[in-house]
Amino acid sequence: MKVLVTEYLRINLDTEKWECRRCDHVLNSARENYKRSLRVYDRDPREIHKPLLDTKLYSRTYSPDPTWCRILEYYCPQCATMFEAEYLPPGHPPVYDIEFDIDALKLQWKDRTQVKEPVIGPDLALEKVKMGRAIHASHQHGHSHT
Amino acid sequence: MNDAQLSKDDKALLDKFLADNRLFLGPDPEIMRNHGVQPRSALEERALATKLDPHQINHVRGLIHAALSESFTMVNQMGAAPGAKWGDLVTAIFTAQGDLAMIAPHGIITFAACCFYPIRFIIKNWVDDPTVGVKEGDGFIHNDARYGGVHNTDQSMMMPLYYKGQLVCWLSSTIHEGENGACEPGGLPAAAESKYDEGIKMSPFKVVENYQLKRDLVTFLQNSVRDPKLQLEDMKVKLHAVMRLGERITAILDQFGEELLTGTLRMHLEDTEAEVRRRIREMPDGTTRVLQFMDSTLRENALQKISCAITVKGDRMICDFRGSSPQFMNRSVNTNVASFKAALCTGLLQNIWPDLPHTMAVLSPIEILTDRNSVIDAEGEMPQAMSLMPMFKACVAWNVPMSKFNYSLPHRYTAILAPQYDQAATFIYGGLNQHGDVTGNFCGDINGMGQGARSHADGEHSVSPVFGFMADSGEHEINEEDTPIIRLGAQRIAKDRIGFGKYRGGMGYEQIATARGSGMWGFMTGCEGSKFSSAQGLFGGYSCPSYQLCKIKGVNIFDELKKNPRIVDVFDIVQLMNEQPLPGKYTSQDMGMTFELCTEGEVYMICQGAGGGYGDVLERDPELVMKDLREDLMSHENAVDIYKVVYDKEQLVVDVEATAELRSAERRARLARSKPYDEFVAEWVTPEPPKHLTYFGSWNDNREIWAQNPAINMTVKMDADKLQGFYMPNPKDLRIAELEGEVGALKSKLEACVSATKK
Repeated sequence: MKVLVTEYLRINLDTEKWECRRCDHVLNSARENYKRSLRVYDRDPREIHKPLLDTKLYSRTYSPDPTWCRILEYYCPQCATMFEAEYLPPGHPPVYDIEFDIDALKLQWKDRTQVKEPVIGPDLALEKVKMGRAIHASHQHGHSHT
Repeated sequence: MNDAQLSKDDKALLDKFLADNRLFLGPDPEIMRNHGVQPRSALEERALATKLDPHQINHVRGLIHAALSESFTMVNQMGAAPGAKWGDLVTAIFTAQGDLAMIAPHGIITFAACCFYPIRFIIKNWVDDPTVGVKEGDGFIHNDARYGGVHNTDQSMMMPLYYKGQLVCWLSSTIHEGENGACEPGGLPAAAESKYDEGIKMSPFKVVENYQLKRDLVTFLQNSVRDPKLQLEDMKVKLHAVMRLGERITAILDQFGEELLTGTLRMHLEDTEAEVRRRIREMPDGTTRVLQFMDSTLRENALQKISCAITVKGDRMICDFRGSSPQFMNRSVNTNVASFKAALCTGLLQNIWPDLPHTMAVLSPIEILTDRNSVIDAEGEMPQAMSLMPMFKACVAWNVPMSKFNYSLPHRYTAILAPQYDQAATFIYGGLNQHGDVTGNFCGDINGMGQGARSHADGEHSVSPVFGFMADSGEHEINEEDTPIIRLGAQRIAKDRIGFGKYRGGMGYEQIATARGSGMWGFMTGCEGSKFSSAQGLFGGYSCPSYQLCKIKGVNIFDELKKNPRIVDVFDIVQLMNEQPLPGKYTSQDMGMTFELCTEGEVYMICQGAGGGYGDVLERDPELVMKDLREDLMSHENAVDIYKVVYDKEQLVVDVEATAELRSAERRARLARSKPYDEFVAEWVTPEPPKHLTYFGSWNDNREIWAQNPAINMTVKMDADKLQGFYMPNPKDLRIAELEGEVGALKSKLEACVSATKK
């Protein structure tokens, strides 16, 4: 039985290991922080959010300040898929973001059918916005919504 | 006095004496710290004991919703405040003991999620007070967030509904009114340095008797704000909307009786709580965590950490925000914990479980832990006029950690969403308008924040505010009739400002404004995220970029356009700032700006932001990259450098094989430049915040909180359970000291020069 956990991670309940969902690479123990089995790169945020304003004219250019903000990129050690892009102040400890109780997880999935591909939920949040807009547009309140 | 020496009777007498002689009925921690649904009242027990018909309950629920929807529409159409016109309002119904049961289907959840606190205050303090009392036809007003509320710009009208002489429920209507007489116009004073700078502070008080506004009190309130006509008009609007709601509920009572109404409201709460617990139970047991960083107090840049750990165990959920930044005693970016919880309730409904009823029962089963005196649980004299800053973070605090709980589930209630953009990116304004009236408020552009990317699709551009499903971004022509603001550019998507990912976040729009026809007009902006990105990505998606406030001062755009109508090719922020076609002083600065005067024709430019991206950029379908290029959302540079797509730049035809090769090469490069986690962490992690950072919050241990401000050589570490607030120095004093230092150094240099010349 394998349980999907993120776009790129799953837990194999039989082996109690994290696995990469893209290349099936077996990572570390599911009772540990999965990040410990990944590779990490400290990215200068200006390489991703490039300066749009002339850096000779301005110091604030739509790029985060690299002395305040760094991007830690986490890659699968086999296929190099990027699992997480974590924005942190320089030197801040990375967050231990997923810490599941594996014994409880096993019990929970004992009677569930394995989900091999993620379920796509209905776009309810967006539908609600669109419905609200339609209702607002149908009101006669002094301006049009054409 | 030692209680042990008192007899039981004496103790009761002492307690009564103290209760009867409280010197000030301030915000009551017993009320303000309890976000839970209260135990059933005797009336509710009686109603539920009659075994109500579920079909009838459903029918009555529908009738109440229709009544709430009608009253919402009334306020929306008649309200004078810009916020009312754009949908920044709500109407709601509460149980007799003050639990929020239902809100208007399209209303702002947060408002109502705050409103039960003042109602509970009224019940606790005014019902039995012979100088106040609560009776049929009374209405109570309130705006002070310390008694429950988002911030002091929002005013509520709350009315008890009596049926056959008995109080059966409470009704409310709330609008973001804007102007409130604060130290800066528009109701959101970032310059507030204490609660006394925040404008009128209405604790809940009676302003309506026998369904009539008390004109003496209305006049007092009008006299306290910059827009007295708005104050009067919207008090009338809210009162009459609540009265209409009361008529509809009375009709329901006539038809179905008191027990069915009471039972319906109660069942609505209890059913929702039961469903929330069921949903928690189906999630994995464990803990997921996320860190959010706010980078400004709106007066200076300062990193403030919000730490969030969500733990699930069976049907219990505990949200632990301990380890967050301490509060600021003279900055307005604090929030009290009740308001923070209301924003959590909103975010939960907006992003995670939009299908659940909009009631406080959604949050009530969830335990919330905070450090007292933190920026999200601020207490005392501190200002909280820009509580939006941490509250907007609360709205999206759920997205990342709940996605990690929910991804595995066999059933999903809505799509997995990366966080939406979470800054109040709009112009707040004030001054004398072209009709000679003093006014102050803010623009509807706040409602166009980019949606976070979804697990199956890009986010929608400028979709909604982070705090509500329904709101309009306003009609600029109408705004121009009422205010001197002229839009030079509006609703133009901010190219290249993207939360990149397999699916990208929805993008925001540019806003370019000036003023005309007023000798006294100004703007302020209240946003963070100029140094540290705000909206986070999910599962490898990147965050949004940082955003700035750009200005061209010392120009009159109208004179320039008169001289040369073609002087500006297109009102595009990047183009204007880089090409500088107009005379004047160009600056790019922090998005937090306290109120400043805008001389006619000066140009102010800001952006709504993008939502976070979802997934690895190398997995983005190259055809979606081409679509972004065709729609001019992105430059070629990003298509190649970020998404690693090879294509014909003229025809936008993808070279599939070359793209696959380029992406493979990038994967190899990733492995080459990265390090194993343990090795990386050993080099990366520092034991404390770097000395150059102005930093507030925990670092590597949530029980230890750092407060570090290099500007005044301050570094303090304290226990999280003994937090204290911090004062920030006046940025102008720091600037004066800096300039004095420069002048002193130059003087010394000059003197050295002079003496060298003499020799």
